[in-house]
Amino acid sequence: MSSRLQAILVPVISVLLGLIAGAIVMLVSGFNPIEGYGALLRGAFGDTFYIGETIRQITPYIFAGLAVAFAFRTGLFNIGVEGQLLVGWIASVWVGLAFDLPKFIHLPMAVLAGAAAGAIWGFVPGFLKARLRVHEVIVTIMMNYIALHLVNYLVRYVISDEQNTTVAVPPSASLKSPFLENLTDFSTLHNGIFLALAAAIIFWVVLEKTTTGFELRSVGFNQHASEYAGMNVNRNIVLSMVISGAFAGLGGAMEGLGTFGYGFIHGAFSGVGFDGIAVALLGGNVAIGVILAAALFGTLKVGALNMPIESGVPTELVEIVIALIIFFVASSYIIRYLLNRYKKGAK
Amino acid sequence: MDILSAFEILVKSMLFASAPLILTALGGVFSERSGVVNIGLEGLMVIGAFSAIIFNITFASTLGGATPWVALLVAMAIGGLFSLIHALASITFRADQVVSGVAINFLALGLSVFLVKAWYGAGQTPKIPVPMYYTNIPILSDIPVIGTIFFSNYLTSYVAIIIAFIAWFVLFKTPFGLRLRSVGEHPLAADTMGINVYRMRYIAVFISGILGGLGGAVYAQTITQDFSGTTITGQGFIALAAVIFGKWHPLGAMGAALFFGLAQSLAIIGSSFAFLQDVPNWILLAAPYILTILALAGFIGRADSPKANGIPYIKGKR
Repeated sequence: MSSRLQAILVPVISVLLGLIAGAIVMLVSGFNPIEGYGALLRGAFGDTFYIGETIRQITPYIFAGLAVAFAFRTGLFNIGVEGQLLVGWIASVWVGLAFDLPKFIHLPMAVLAGAAAGAIWGFVPGFLKARLRVHEVIVTIMMNYIALHLVNYLVRYVISDEQNTTVAVPPSASLKSPFLENLTDFSTLHNGIFLALAAAIIFWVVLEKTTTGFELRSVGFNQHASEYAGMNVNRNIVLSMVISGAFAGLGGAMEGLGTFGYGFIHGAFSGVGFDGIAVALLGGNVAIGVILAAALFGTLKVGALNMPIESGVPTELVEIVIALIIFFVASSYIIRYLLNRYKKGAK
Repeated sequence: MDILSAFEILVKSMLFASAPLILTALGGVFSERSGVVNIGLEGLMVIGAFSAIIFNITFASTLGGATPWVALLVAMAIGGLFSLIHALASITFRADQVVSGVAINFLALGLSVFLVKAWYGAGQTPKIPVPMYYTNIPILSDIPVIGTIFFSNYLTSYVAIIIAFIAWFVLFKTPFGLRLRSVGEHPLAADTMGINVYRMRYIAVFISGILGGLGGAVYAQTITQDFSGTTITGQGFIALAAVIFGKWHPLGAMGAALFFGLAQSLAIIGSSFAFLQDVPNWILLAAPYILTILALAGFIGRADSPKANGIPYIKGKR
């Protein structure tokens, strides 16, 4: 079986297995899986309002997925998207509140502030990996929690006056779109989705069409060969983490300037960053795959909110399905093995 | 506040906050020493906390005072079983161990909150009827001054410290421990010597599940006394930090967990100490993570992981 076909079959089979397992969980715990999944679909696409919410949820997933995928392609595992997203979120809101400028300067500045904050948060693990060979997985996990506590402190004592939320960003720094809101029956859909699609195109161009991208991928394939060919491996490692962090920070800016329009104290992580790992894996770490996987996860997440209302199934069913999809994709060795067995048997 | 009562509060809250961290970190040491990275410690704690709370609520009327202790055993068993999913994926199916660990965290949280909602109709369980209490150790707690400080705490804190010494003995003084460490350093050599690499790794991950489940159960039954999606928020990752800060050594991990427990409790009660009033609260909360990064970077002694940590072993491949 060709590797290209397998690259498509493995994620599709994983998703199907995950959904089937979810149906079994519903059956065992006394729910009707057809009703459950029906409610999920209606909750995601039932009318224009829900479609708007679904597209809005897809936006940060695309950014989180691109962030994880970008680092993956250079052979790095960025588990720190959650933290990079948070610092990007708060940096964009901060810039949104601190300045009073016309929109064509203010909004780009706020968005870029989010990217810059995420990039800085990605630089630390990248630098430590390049210089001191410290494993980026551990550092990015630790950076997540440092971000969580730092951001909560900033919201409470620096940006707001000991409040749990900041005030809303002014219209000049907002991604909110009255046009899209009207179109979708006043959902929270905002302009961020266009930026997300643009980011996916940039991701593809940088990785596939530039020398820098070639070097980054080359380092991901084989560090020693890349070094022998005259590439600066350390520089590429840092660069990869910085760009990855910038994607994640942009995802945070979408939440800060679009979905919510303000910053608030987080008791725990939003989960978007961790879901980004699943999005990237499922999407095979390529731009179009990330968009498709983000669409699937956005649909599941938003649709899940309707499940308890219509079918009594707790929303957490979707978390279980997502976890199982990750297991199946990660265990692709066994799926490939079975596919090959099946193919041989057919001959 | 005089110095003695400040010291008493500090020691007590340190022992209180660090017991679950010590237990979970020891689990992490076993798993990682055998070569299996365990990011899923957080999820194992969630499953342990969930099992213990549900068991406590369900069986309190029949078991009475023994309930929390039986609940700990149940949580250990379920944590162990749950960790086998991680073992299956990362050892047999050769999945990326980090990815599998992330999935374990998702699955634990999703499954437990799903079941709580299905059984109790709300996102949070009721309070447990029989929580754990302080225990006065006979004779020792009657010693003036230090008696109440060191010998009137949760029994689980002492259990955690004792288990740390047992773990050290098992890992460094028994043939089993030598085999377990050898498959984490050089699985091919271990395999050549007739050690079943897969079996050793399965056992190590199973132990990490038992201890992680126990850690979560202790946390839930002493600190939160109920279960919801936010019962365990990051304790598993602090335990993971303790594994690394303690340089993958059981006693080191225990020391690190005690220290991180102290940092956590200082973040909550720190404002009552004059010398800490100027330190922003977030630095104390983030201290375990900042220190772990510094330790990894070599500023606080070099931390080197077991050599084969994170690499699936494929028999016959050199």
